[in-house]
Amino acid sequence: MSEHSHSEEHHITSYTTYIIVWVVLMILTATTVYVSYLDFGTLNIVIAMVVASIKATAVALFFMHLKFEDSITWAFAIFPLTLLALLFGMTVLDTFTRVVVP
Amino acid sequence: MEQANTEHSHGLQMDPAAEYSSSKLGMWLFLGTEIMLFGGLFAAYVIFRAKYPEMFLEQHQELNREMGAVNTCILIFSSLTMAVAVSAIQKGKRMMSALFILITILCGIGFGVVKYFEYGAKFAHHIYPDTSIFFSLYFMMTGLHMLHVFVGLGILAVIMILTWQGKFNEKYSTPVELGGLYWHLVDLIWIYLFPLLYLVG
Repeated sequence: MSEHSHSEEHHITSYTTYIIVWVVLMILTATTVYVSYLDFGTLNIVIAMVVASIKATAVALFFMHLKFEDSITWAFAIFPLTLLALLFGMTVLDTFTRVVVP
Repeated sequence: MEQANTEHSHGLQMDPAAEYSSSKLGMWLFLGTEIMLFGGLFAAYVIFRAKYPEMFLEQHQELNREMGAVNTCILIFSSLTMAVAVSAIQKGKRMMSALFILITILCGIGFGVVKYFEYGAKFAHHIYPDTSIFFSLYFMMTGLHMLHVFVGLGILAVIMILTWQGKFNEKYSTPVELGGLYWHLVDLIWIYLFPLLYLVG
């Protein structure tokens, strides 16, 4: 029983999985470079950020093994993103709602 | 029952499983502080981009999109080789692991070389960090990232030598895994830097 839980802890990702993730990352990189040559106006940055986030998620889930981690590791990984959202939200709110007093 | 009890009485020595998970949590916590370090710069980027969209649009054309794309490919490939190195040591294949860490290091050096030529081209065009807010952010963000690449290279070099010497195996590979996590974070940050600076500036 303890043997079983131990082997679960050290999940070894297969080389094939890594190569598939890499191929997906390369396709997404090619996509984002290609899209940057087209003009969609404001949509350009939206597409670029969505693609970047998909890539980042793939790296975190597979290369960084987050997919196979326990909930406490997930909490440690998600918490800085919450702080980041707070930092961005507060800075943007402050900067763009300021009334300039002469 | 008796035997099971004596197995746990190693004095101050920690349970390997507990040691492994606490090391990994510590690393994730550190990665969180790294994200916040870059987060401040990304926040500055958001503000100035929103305030001066024309400047960002105009000046990002100066950046070499092809070189940026090449560097993205190099870094993503190095992440793949590092991930393979971690799986290899977890299977006990230490020579293969050391070899793939070496490939990762070479990719990291390649990234630095491309960046050196990029910075050189900018300086040749008399573009410096004090040229504009955009280039100030460009040099600061890529420079700080470059610093992380160099730190990562140092860590990986040590881990490669230790792996080569047989310090790690299928039962104990925590430092290789943690070094890998750091390297993937460097890749993760570049995944956002590349489109923000080179593609939609």
